[in-house]
Amino acid sequence: MYDVIIVGCGVTGAATAFTLSRYRLSVLVLEKENDIAMGATRANSAIIHAGYDPEPGTLMARLNVKGCEMAQELCGRLDVPYKNCGSLVLAFDEKDIETLHVLYERGVKNGVKQLEIISGARLREIEPNVSQSAAAALYAPTSGIVNPWEYALAMAEVAALNGVRFLLSHPVTSISKHDGCFTVSCGSEQFDARYVINAAGVDSAVVHEMVAEKAFAITPSRGDYFLLDKSEGSRAMHTLFQCPGPAGKGVLVSPTVHGNLLVGPNAVSCSDAHRVNTTADGLAFVKQHALKSVPSVNFRDTIRSFAGMRANSDQNDFIIGFPVPRFLDLAGIKSPGLTCAPATGEYAAELLEKNGLELIPKESPVTSRRKIRFKELSIAEKQRLIAEDPLYGRVICRCETVTEGEIVEACHSPIPPVSVDGIKRRAGTGMGRCQGGFCGPRVLEILCRERGISPLDALKDGEGSFILFGETKAGGRT
Amino acid sequence: MAEMVCIVCPRGCRLTVDEASGAVTGNSCPRGEAYGRSEILDPRRVYTGTVRINGAALPRCPVKSSAPIKKPLIMDVSRQMDKVTLSSPVKRGDVAIKNVLGTGVDIIVTRDM
Amino acid sequence: MNWELIVIGAGPAGLAAALAAYDKGLRKIAVIERDRYAGGILNQCIHNGFGLHRFKEELTGPEYALRFIDRLKDTTIELICDTMVLHITADRQVHTVSAENGYQVYSADSIFLAMGCRERPRGAISIPGDRPAGVFTAGTAQRYINLEGYMCARRVVILGSGDIGLIMARRLTLEGAKVLCCVEIMPHSSGLARNISQCLKDFDIPLYLNHTVTEVTSANGRVSSVTVSEVDENRAPIPGTQKVFDCDTLLLSVGLIPENELSREAGIEIDPRTNGPVVYENMETSMPGVFAGGNVVHVHDLVDYVSEESARAGEGAAKYVLSGKTASNEVFIPITNGENVSYTVPQRVRPANVEGSIKLFFRVRNKLGASVIKVSDTSGRQLAAFRRVSMSPGEMENIFLPKDVFEKALGSLCVSASEA
Repeated sequence: MYDVIIVGCGVTGAATAFTLSRYRLSVLVLEKENDIAMGATRANSAIIHAGYDPEPGTLMARLNVKGCEMAQELCGRLDVPYKNCGSLVLAFDEKDIETLHVLYERGVKNGVKQLEIISGARLREIEPNVSQSAAAALYAPTSGIVNPWEYALAMAEVAALNGVRFLLSHPVTSISKHDGCFTVSCGSEQFDARYVINAAGVDSAVVHEMVAEKAFAITPSRGDYFLLDKSEGSRAMHTLFQCPGPAGKGVLVSPTVHGNLLVGPNAVSCSDAHRVNTTADGLAFVKQHALKSVPSVNFRDTIRSFAGMRANSDQNDFIIGFPVPRFLDLAGIKSPGLTCAPATGEYAAELLEKNGLELIPKESPVTSRRKIRFKELSIAEKQRLIAEDPLYGRVICRCETVTEGEIVEACHSPIPPVSVDGIKRRAGTGMGRCQGGFCGPRVLEILCRERGISPLDALKDGEGSFILFGETKAGGRT
Repeated sequence: MAEMVCIVCPRGCRLTVDEASGAVTGNSCPRGEAYGRSEILDPRRVYTGTVRINGAALPRCPVKSSAPIKKPLIMDVSRQMDKVTLSSPVKRGDVAIKNVLGTGVDIIVTRDM
Repeated sequence: MNWELIVIGAGPAGLAAALAAYDKGLRKIAVIERDRYAGGILNQCIHNGFGLHRFKEELTGPEYALRFIDRLKDTTIELICDTMVLHITADRQVHTVSAENGYQVYSADSIFLAMGCRERPRGAISIPGDRPAGVFTAGTAQRYINLEGYMCARRVVILGSGDIGLIMARRLTLEGAKVLCCVEIMPHSSGLARNISQCLKDFDIPLYLNHTVTEVTSANGRVSSVTVSEVDENRAPIPGTQKVFDCDTLLLSVGLIPENELSREAGIEIDPRTNGPVVYENMETSMPGVFAGGNVVHVHDLVDYVSEESARAGEGAAKYVLSGKTASNEVFIPITNGENVSYTVPQRVRPANVEGSIKLFFRVRNKLGASVIKVSDTSGRQLAAFRRVSMSPGEMENIFLPKDVFEKALGSLCVSASEA
């Protein structure tokens, strides 16, 4: 019998596990994919929003401002790439300037600090490549950027070190309620728990309806992005938004924590929440709108295009609450869900406690994490590291300077990867300009060696994403 | 008249071959003329591929046919590669398959492994 | 230890440069290679067709590489493998890292850049659709199949008609895969005509010119189909022309990019037309004592020319080291690309440093029939002209320009091509 089962391990589930792992509780996380952070968390704008977007008084507003305040310290402690680059909402006409004032007022009400509306001249001073037609901007210095999947991974890894159990490739198929407990089924496997948390992202309505009446609908919205080479990385110094419309926050142009440039997204509501494909129209839309903010973006230096899925709902706020006793929904976590995550995790713990879960702090829980990033070390540190373990002297990913030592470390991390992209999310291989063309086969080889799997079973990413069909010279050719 | 691109060298001359007389035009060298004629009468290709190797840094060893092989036999020759496993060390020129499919042509190693 | 020459990369360019520098008298030469053995990408290019120009016989990639590697043991050239160069500096220090030797900084009188090139990934062309397993660059597939012995494809669509893609069409077919088609967005192939003939036609693989891939779909995480559409003269897909191919693999052969991260970081001037360093007549870059050759300068279609160009650069480096000085950069003739010409290498010529003549490489933008290549100076005066029966963007052209052309030139020289 677990005290708590968390269904779904995106950034919200991970943050909740991280928070609960500080207490003397037995916690199980069930994730349907073969890695954590495989839904909205893996493909989004990677922004720590300041908190001027949500309507004052909403949960979103409260958790956003708090999550933004927590991010810098937390990322430092968890060794997650984070940069407090600030954001600018650009205004191109009078109507936009009115919107800036609305956002400013909202931000002030929500408790966002240091907000200011700046002139076009000042804007161009701090953001030299911005369009000449941008007339003013809302400047939010507290906003930042983060590596979203590493944020989730770091929190989950620390939770795992504190004893939280993670079961990947465990899709929840049903939940039944008994006296004082729930039985959560993943096919033929069953797990009992006193409390269940629904953090199932785009599937949160399905999970909700396993135990409660239908109360909301998830209305997933897909968006396309371009990731550009580091040669374009300084095209924007801040996250550049356009004024938000009914479809969302619009197309942004932003630096990334890795030094690339991120451009996107559009917003298309879609029926299949699990098909995360880009479209020609979507990419064209993004390109056109991004050039309005920064006309000099050189899309020839694109290294990747991808799409992300937002778990939007038919409600105006996050859906956080108990539809039945001891079953907590963390559902409809749309933007700014990434920013909110650590605050959402704490809020979830608070709600569980109010509903009878005893939270007794552990004496000395793990609260931080350190990672070796070879390329960021000084020469002396590099020398010392290689002397200790020569594998840190062998560079496997040449674009991002990731060594075999870092890949081996990733293979044996608290939530071990099962795919080449799982290594990518942990060690940063294949993130660069060749997108794994050179290092892919070698990463596969190391993954197989370290995890004891056959190359023929190795996956690129999710379940079924086999890379190799068999050996050559196996006969049977037609 | 048959038209073809000469594959003898990277220049890729466009050849025209008179099937009746075997006369070749469009070539820039005698080798091109020979290629054009053989392509009509008895087209041949050099086969390149790999065979298994044990004990080397890599599990496959590159090989080629020591001379061009009749084009229709190329797929059959490729299948023959499945039947051989070399053991390191091998040197370029070593014979991996003698007289492959009775063609009189050997399959030889192209890398020291 | 101080080296007279450090060569970065032991592929065909690096090996040719090192040997040429040795032949011209340098003795302290190090070749640093990131892989476990020398030969570079030639090791996975197991097909034949190399060396006709240089050795007058047809060799496979590994055999071509061995012709150079064999010579190393008779020299004092030191080959340092499994070692990655992290930085180079203007004072010609080379920062390296390896499992065996840790972090090492070497100094050199001269450096030769021979990092080669990399393939453009899917992201560079933003093909819409899913992002499943089964989308490979042709070179990655080549490595899996030829070196590692794994089949990474069974039913294949190839996008792009670059030479590696064409070669892989044949390799995959010989290994038992079914190649459904090769798709090229341009009205002409970017690969050599001989490869269209011997890799596609020989195996009845259709080539769709003026077509591109407009969608990738997946099932269970692997490619399940690829949609191909015809494009108009602006290369935009034409609605209603879609063909859907059920397949498990999309192979990309959509271009190569010189790998110049080290050069850029060091502050070496890069030519946006080639993505390689701007070079002088002796293949010296904008940084004195730093030379470059092969695919790091501009993407070649024949390794023979990589070797030839790099050998010239190696000789340039030797001359630089032995004379203790570089040619003055103050007086040079810039070479510009005119009508129908997309770039030239070298981009700058110092007339005082020319012995005899200069071999100038360039590519044309479009397929041309019988043409004239003209070389004129800023005053419009034509200083040289050459005839060609035909020219194609897929095939690199070269012309020899004698020293006196540069001595006579006023201002810059412009190379242009037009149909006669």
